[in-house]
Amino acid sequence: MTLTLRIWRQNNSRAAGGFVSYQVDGVTPDMSFLEMLDVLNEQLIERGEEPVAFEHDCREGICGSCGFLINGVPHGPRRHTTVCQLHMRFFKDGDALTLEPWRAAAFPVVRDLVVDRSAFDRIIQAGGYITAPTGSAPDANAILVGKEAADTAFDAAACIGCGACVAACPNAAAMLFTSAKVTHLNVLPQGQPERDDRTLNMVAAMRREAFGSCSNHGECEAVCPKGIPLEFIAQLNRDVVRAAFHGHREPLVVHGAPRHPAHEGAEVAGT
Amino acid sequence: MQVALDARTPDGPIEQKWDRCRSEMKLVNPANRRKHTVLIVGSGLAGAAAAATLGEQGYHVQCFSFHDTPRRAHSIAAQGGINAAKNYRNDGDSVHRLFYDTVKGGDFRSREANSYRLAQVSVNIIDQCVAQGVPFARDYGGLLETRSFGGVQVERTFYARGQTGQQLLLGAYQALERQIAAGSVTMHPRTEMLDLVVLDGKARGIVTRDLRTGAIQSHLGDVVVLATGGYSNVFYLSTNAKASNCTAIWRAHRRGALFGNPCFTQIHPTCIPQAGEYQSKLTLMSESLRNDGRIWVPKQKGDTRKPNDIPDSDRDYYLERRYPSFGNLVPRDVASRNAKEVCDEGRGVGPGGHGVYLDFRSAIERLGVDNVRDKYGNLFEIYERITGDDAYQVPMRIYPAPHYTMGGLWVDYHLMSTIPGLFVGGEANFSDQGANRLGASALMQGLSDGYWVLPATVPDYLAKAELPQVDTSHRAFREAEEEIRQRTNALLHVNGKRTVDSFHRELGRLMWDNCGMARSEESLSRALAKIPELRDEFWKNVRVLGAEEELNQSLEKAGRVADFLELGELMCIDARHRRESCGGHFRIESHTPEGEAKRDDANFCYVAAWEYTGPGQAPTLHKEPLTFEHVHLAQRSYQ
Repeated sequence: MTLTLRIWRQNNSRAAGGFVSYQVDGVTPDMSFLEMLDVLNEQLIERGEEPVAFEHDCREGICGSCGFLINGVPHGPRRHTTVCQLHMRFFKDGDALTLEPWRAAAFPVVRDLVVDRSAFDRIIQAGGYITAPTGSAPDANAILVGKEAADTAFDAAACIGCGACVAACPNAAAMLFTSAKVTHLNVLPQGQPERDDRTLNMVAAMRREAFGSCSNHGECEAVCPKGIPLEFIAQLNRDVVRAAFHGHREPLVVHGAPRHPAHEGAEVAGT
Repeated sequence: MQVALDARTPDGPIEQKWDRCRSEMKLVNPANRRKHTVLIVGSGLAGAAAAATLGEQGYHVQCFSFHDTPRRAHSIAAQGGINAAKNYRNDGDSVHRLFYDTVKGGDFRSREANSYRLAQVSVNIIDQCVAQGVPFARDYGGLLETRSFGGVQVERTFYARGQTGQQLLLGAYQALERQIAAGSVTMHPRTEMLDLVVLDGKARGIVTRDLRTGAIQSHLGDVVVLATGGYSNVFYLSTNAKASNCTAIWRAHRRGALFGNPCFTQIHPTCIPQAGEYQSKLTLMSESLRNDGRIWVPKQKGDTRKPNDIPDSDRDYYLERRYPSFGNLVPRDVASRNAKEVCDEGRGVGPGGHGVYLDFRSAIERLGVDNVRDKYGNLFEIYERITGDDAYQVPMRIYPAPHYTMGGLWVDYHLMSTIPGLFVGGEANFSDQGANRLGASALMQGLSDGYWVLPATVPDYLAKAELPQVDTSHRAFREAEEEIRQRTNALLHVNGKRTVDSFHRELGRLMWDNCGMARSEESLSRALAKIPELRDEFWKNVRVLGAEEELNQSLEKAGRVADFLELGELMCIDARHRRESCGGHFRIESHTPEGEAKRDDANFCYVAAWEYTGPGQAPTLHKEPLTFEHVHLAQRSYQ
């Protein structure tokens, strides 16, 4: 197959970017999408042009490194599939595809299709853990976890932190990501002592970053390669209210204003 | 240089060695801990666990990762599970039995005391992970589920669906992020270690490249811990993540750390075969598939019929034929080698003849398609996603692929290398796994080293070491920085004709053909003649575009491949010198009358620890003799 790719090229976060078109020949159906980009990059290097930077590592859909928009859809057209697991048999000869990085103020472009997702780490730092210093744990079977809670925790913990949810959201909100981690830890008995603080602190951290607010579009769920469901956002909202009832603090007061209001600026994804 | 290989194994009965070691180690006063800087390279299971734990203890930790966040480390990709001698099943498991299985599985090439400690500590790992919220599989009563894995007779493997590695890594990552928030750990993402700095014979720092800006920076510490994973990517095609590399350990090796058993690599039997020249990596399919799938190839060479058109009488279920009692469940190395043999005979299937069938037809007849779907549905889905084939209708095609490296930097019982102050954890060290690793034991070792061993042994070193006051303006740092700049510059200015990947692929093919599943004097000599030529060509004809002071993925790859081109040679030297078969290392010349691997305990019952002697120079061999007091040396047999 021969494909035409329109790819976002940008040297660094300060430089202006733009689309450049490339033709890739010799694409076969068994190639993964990233292998097709490898082929393009080999051809570019041979021509003396700089290869396209894109993030990837495990190429098994689990590390969460890869991801960009293919014709406006994060990770491309296949449901529950990261771009590294997307194969070219789902495309046809002559297809024209536009590839661009995650578009969100909270994820500045590092280069080409590579973005900076460190905002996610800062949300985890605010409370996405259970305080259990090494050596302090009781016997593993001393903590009973009902199967339902264990399964819900697992479903939520399946998040790979790729950022597709943010890229798909018209508001560039990080609610699906944050709710997945909150749900994972809040449904477990081990997570109860810190439950209220965790919820409020992680929501506050999310708001300090340049993420927008959730307005229930559901685009995040539709593109999530791990099938994280919207109901976790509802669970997060319930936990925010719960924490407020417990009187710890006003849930919506956020210390520190957003650094870059998410609804301004050209890099926010359109609907 | 005379290197004394003192393993520092404590005296006393094996059950008491680790307790004795811990009680005899020196401690650092809590008020003094923050004065010590610990540099940890790598943030996978071993690195993140060690960084979090030493941070909790109050040390000043700096952690480095070339990923954008610690959660991406390749530990994440482990599927099957983690072993622990909990005996929750009451099925006869014990620390001793796990120890025994590890030593025997490793084909008697591991250090007994280390393997014992690994089994002992396994019990604490599960407790720790559960407390962190790792969502292990549970039964309806809320207790932890376990399963049997990798052919052992007890159910000691804890798991989280097919994502055990991810869930354990997230546990360690979250503990690490908590310490980052607390200020005890400083994280350096997108930062790659390019050299080790040794001052007055002690490891005192590292030099890194900031992958976003290209800035070369020196970092001073009191101790350096490498937890940078394995080097299966020397084969180019492996199940490892694309960026997994040997650079950190290779740079340390060049600075004086001995390299232990470099040729010990594990080839996993059940991977999806290569589909074409462009293939960038190989995907593992859980070996649990061998519980119900039957492996076969056509009896006749060149049988081009579709698999379902080949009647049973024309199929060779070669594992069932050769190993009637174990059948399709023979250990990984035996299954891999047999697949290679039938393919070498010309009976392989699929593109290029590099594949064998893994057939579920009889399982579907016996159990029904729904039961098979319940057990393996997600794996069938992965298979279909990659190959486009429906394995409920046609047999899967599988082929072995490099998966794990048992070799690594030589370490003593404290996990310290031959350079004082340089510790090595997880897959990066030569490990407790001997010549072959049991399934579900890699996660166990990473976390054992990270949560328990290093946080005990590193403080002992800090308490005893005399470390002169220096800073990064010291000449040794300046020189290391300058060397890196020159090397980077050299890579960017060769301006030859071939891409980095083309060299990496060629090296990989050389290694796979000559130092892969079966090795011989002849094949290894052939590789040893070709690798230096390829390395020379690389430095004369590689093309690396772009600049130094920006994100430059080709430049990153070029540096890593340059190191693989040196490591590959050492692996072949080690494989050629070890004229016995053991574990994953099969020497064609050394086999039993039945054609199985034959160890030579009289001549090779030792760890081969290689010393770097200069570019292009023959390395010097040092031996650490191995003694087996608790598990008696015996030849493995699976007939």
